[in-house]
Amino acid sequence: MDELINKRISEVLKGNQDSFEEIVLLFQNRLYHVCYRMLGSREEAQDIAQEAFVRAYTNLHTFDQKRKFSTWIFRIATNLCIDRIRKKKPDYSLDAQVPGTEGLDMYSQIAAAEDLPEEEVERMETQERVQYEIGRLPEKYRSVITLRYMEELPLQEIADILDLPLGTVKTRVHRGRDALRKQIGTM
Amino acid sequence: MTNCPNEVVQYMHEYLDGEIAPEHEQVLNEHLATCEECQKLFDELSDAVALLELADPMQAPVGFTEGVMARLPQSTQQKKKKGVNRWLRKHPMLSAAALFLILMSAALFSSYNTNEQFSVTMQPNLVIEGDTVVVPEGEVIKGDLVVKNGDLRIEGQVDGNVTVIRGEKYMASTAVVTGNIEEIDELFDWLWYKMKTAFKGLTPDKTENQDTE
Repeated sequence: MDELINKRISEVLKGNQDSFEEIVLLFQNRLYHVCYRMLGSREEAQDIAQEAFVRAYTNLHTFDQKRKFSTWIFRIATNLCIDRIRKKKPDYSLDAQVPGTEGLDMYSQIAAAEDLPEEEVERMETQERVQYEIGRLPEKYRSVITLRYMEELPLQEIADILDLPLGTVKTRVHRGRDALRKQIGTM
Repeated sequence: MTNCPNEVVQYMHEYLDGEIAPEHEQVLNEHLATCEECQKLFDELSDAVALLELADPMQAPVGFTEGVMARLPQSTQQKKKKGVNRWLRKHPMLSAAALFLILMSAALFSSYNTNEQFSVTMQPNLVIEGDTVVVPEGEVIKGDLVVKNGDLRIEGQVDGNVTVIRGEKYMASTAVVTGNIEEIDELFDWLWYKMKTAFKGLTPDKTENQDTE
């Protein structure tokens, strides 16, 4: 797998743009899935995942072929997702100054997608519910939980992708699980 | 739970991460068996994980790859092409001249390559033996003689120019040629010959002068 990818990368670097198409085909589903779980919107997921591939293409010469390409492309994608979440949410919360949000700091605004009434959540289908709960997680837990449980990546690889110490990733997975437990428990 | 050992929650997460040490697992199991509160917490955490594990994998939408390829910046090759286009637009006369040369040379090369059949300007009293044209001894050929893709053996007399294109020419001791003798084998010779004949066609006076010399 890695050998094949490195072969394609070398071809792209020699100027053969078409070889990049094979790289996209190999990773498009996993990258789109991660972006969708992080962003919660199909349109945005497509936009960001495609942007991640474009960035990978333009910066391909900086990729160290001794490393794992999947780690590198996941890092580009998760960084773009985190940027998108951070840009989007403050605007959203400014518009949505409703009573009851007082006393919540910016961070909790980033954390919470719209909280729905209990009856509505209970009527959700399983897939909808899963995405709803992931979307309510604070962004820093959402990225580790997505990579851990949607992509089933080892903790060390998540640490490499997010450029965090392994201990920090473990803590975030633990806190993310606990946050999720509390979310479900309050329902 | 306030009375529970601090590390029990840590052990729960180690278990859920799939990297719990056997001794820790034993402590955890023994504690959960006796503590209802911790068992509840552990069940809730397991439920949270179970919910995540229900998530279906997703496929990128149709046309995803095409979308990426369309968004890629132009490759350096394409940039080069653009540069050439700009140059062509800036210098229309040079472009026209270059195009003319390309087309002309194409025509020349193709005629060099395609006429591979044996041919000869037919004159009475020429003898043809296979691919060899013979001017027999004692005969006089009036006019120019051109042999293509064949050999020429001259034993008699030719009153005019002799040209052999891709072939060999043998002159017997009795041979007499009043005009120029040319042998053309290589591409450059061929080009030169073509150009000369073309210019001769363009400037008839000059050729007449040459003839009289």
